[in-house]
Amino acid sequence: MHETEIAIVGAGPAGLAAAVEAAQAGAQVTLVDENARPGGQLFKQIHKFFGSKAHHAGTRGVQIGRNLLSEAEKAGVEIRLDTVVYGIYPDKRLGLACDSQSEDLKAASIILATGANERPLAFPGWTMPGVMGAGAIQTLINIHRTLPGRRVLMVGAGNVGLIVSYQLLQAGAEVVAIIDALPGIGGYGVHASKVRRAGVPILTGHTILAAKGDQAVERAVIAKVDSSGQPIPGMEQTLDVDIVGLAVGLSPLAELAWMAGCQFAHVPELGGWVPVHDEEMQTSLPGLYVAGDVTGIEEASIAMEQGRMAGLTAAQALGCLPSQEAEIKKIEVRQRLDALRVGSFGDARAIARQRILSLSVPQGIREG
Amino acid sequence: MRIEMHPILGEAQWGPKVTLMVDGKAVDAFEGEPIATALLAAGRRVFRHTTKRDEPRGVFCALGRCTDCVMVVDGRPNVRTCVTAARDGMVIETQRGLGHWGTEQILGEKGEQGHA
Amino acid sequence: MESMQEGVLTTGIPSQAELEASPGYPSAAALARGPIVVIECVQDIPCNPCELVCPNNAIHIGEPITNLPVFLADECDACSQCIPICPGQAIFRVDMTYAEEQAAVSFPYEFLPMPEAGNVVQAVNRAGEVLCDAEVLRVQQPRSFDLTAVITVAVPKNLAMEVRSMVRLPRPWSQGQRAGGL
Repeated sequence: MHETEIAIVGAGPAGLAAAVEAAQAGAQVTLVDENARPGGQLFKQIHKFFGSKAHHAGTRGVQIGRNLLSEAEKAGVEIRLDTVVYGIYPDKRLGLACDSQSEDLKAASIILATGANERPLAFPGWTMPGVMGAGAIQTLINIHRTLPGRRVLMVGAGNVGLIVSYQLLQAGAEVVAIIDALPGIGGYGVHASKVRRAGVPILTGHTILAAKGDQAVERAVIAKVDSSGQPIPGMEQTLDVDIVGLAVGLSPLAELAWMAGCQFAHVPELGGWVPVHDEEMQTSLPGLYVAGDVTGIEEASIAMEQGRMAGLTAAQALGCLPSQEAEIKKIEVRQRLDALRVGSFGDARAIARQRILSLSVPQGIREG
Repeated sequence: MRIEMHPILGEAQWGPKVTLMVDGKAVDAFEGEPIATALLAAGRRVFRHTTKRDEPRGVFCALGRCTDCVMVVDGRPNVRTCVTAARDGMVIETQRGLGHWGTEQILGEKGEQGHA
Repeated sequence: MESMQEGVLTTGIPSQAELEASPGYPSAAALARGPIVVIECVQDIPCNPCELVCPNNAIHIGEPITNLPVFLADECDACSQCIPICPGQAIFRVDMTYAEEQAAVSFPYEFLPMPEAGNVVQAVNRAGEVLCDAEVLRVQQPRSFDLTAVITVAVPKNLAMEVRSMVRLPRPWSQGQRAGGL
């Protein structure tokens, strides 16, 4: 059995940011991730980020990730990779598995920053080799420098579908089309404009009917849909593709929070079931915090700020950070978060986030 | 297909070249990369076949969550090839169904050797 | 927002109405005076690196940072630093005074192979449609641009407000993409 002060599950942007804040405050921090490398999805984001200077606007996600990792290492965070946290127990104990060995990690506080999972989309042929998540494509091309195919149909015109399509072009593949069943494009106009300029058609109001091929994808059949989302007979097209990318949404990976017994809320705008938390990222269980996409799907910049908040709160609660200093820093984090949750894209998320906050019980009344 | 030069990521940095034996055929790989990416680069997309309907499966999530990419590696079935590092001399086989533990069933069943 | 119906939310391409409604879009008079930057930012995304990078304070966003950038054409000397910093690649440079019959259009570019000055490329509009052949006048890739090159091409004047990129050059096998194995 090992012990630490703050255990953080997930070394993506939220987990790393939390680790940095907590370690800089003087806490002993152990950061655990099931992958061979830290960074979560951040190192795959090779585009320049939006926001303000405080959000590292104009800097590529991969560089932000490198900086964050370097900060974590300098702050003395213990990072355990290739280690799955498979369980969480009432005495704030985590079950870890690494190299087929199991061990316990006891912590005074736990931050869950486990991110999200890509949603699948089922249609005839969806199980064939060649149909894969957009995130999978991103991992293969940006981390492993290998194209899974040459001609891609991207399903989903949200930010993930648009960004990964652009990255496919940068990697040398052809994106034959981006389709979305909705009548409009869900992602940022600028991401759509980049791929439109690059010659990629975006077909809104279209769905995929099937992926076909002998043993793997060789073509895809798409169709225009009517206002109720039903394919219109006679409006089918067959596209010559060897990859079908699915960018149809993300779902928080909140199993550990379920296991721990956290209060949950169903928030469709943020991806479904999310653990309820307060403004300081504390869940309904004292000493258990959440940060990043596990709290609801937003974006990397938000994940990092939530991580900072959770790290500060956890460090403060353990006495590592004097309250006055903690409060000042938390206000700054809150301001940076608020600045990102405005506008046509941010408003809906801000409202959804408020719903979650309104469900959280104030500190004093919480059960010990 | 390998992305040797990338406008943002620059030149690819590979580990040393190694050789994998995949269904009896030599396949080049770079040490340390996921087995799956070596196979994809070699044009292999079918990694296993399902138990009931013998349907082909390949890479789906690419980060070790979905188990679509599992193959038999050095005699062990259900190895997630997208998160398992390639090492020189690894013996990899297309997995049939849930795979078997024990050598004679993996190597011996006639007509059941995997194919691309 | 009615103007959004026909534009960026449905096609991914800002409509002429959306562009002209944006405070980042220069007037015809400003364009006629000489090289100037064209900001095609039409959505309220929280974002302001263009405001921060401009050495002449020609771009104003303020708070909240979802405000569309207000472009002060008189302050702009077309230094083009805003072009590579825009995460949306929504900023361009147009010089209507480049030559008698031609304008010079600059756009951000992040693909390989990179063209070189003197190459003739196919210039495209916002929909990726080829409008004309265009000579590459300049390719700027200083370190400070952080891997977003700015390419300047010469195009007929009447296409200066339409040309916004180029067809990507073919990737020769020798430059590193190999079919099949290694």
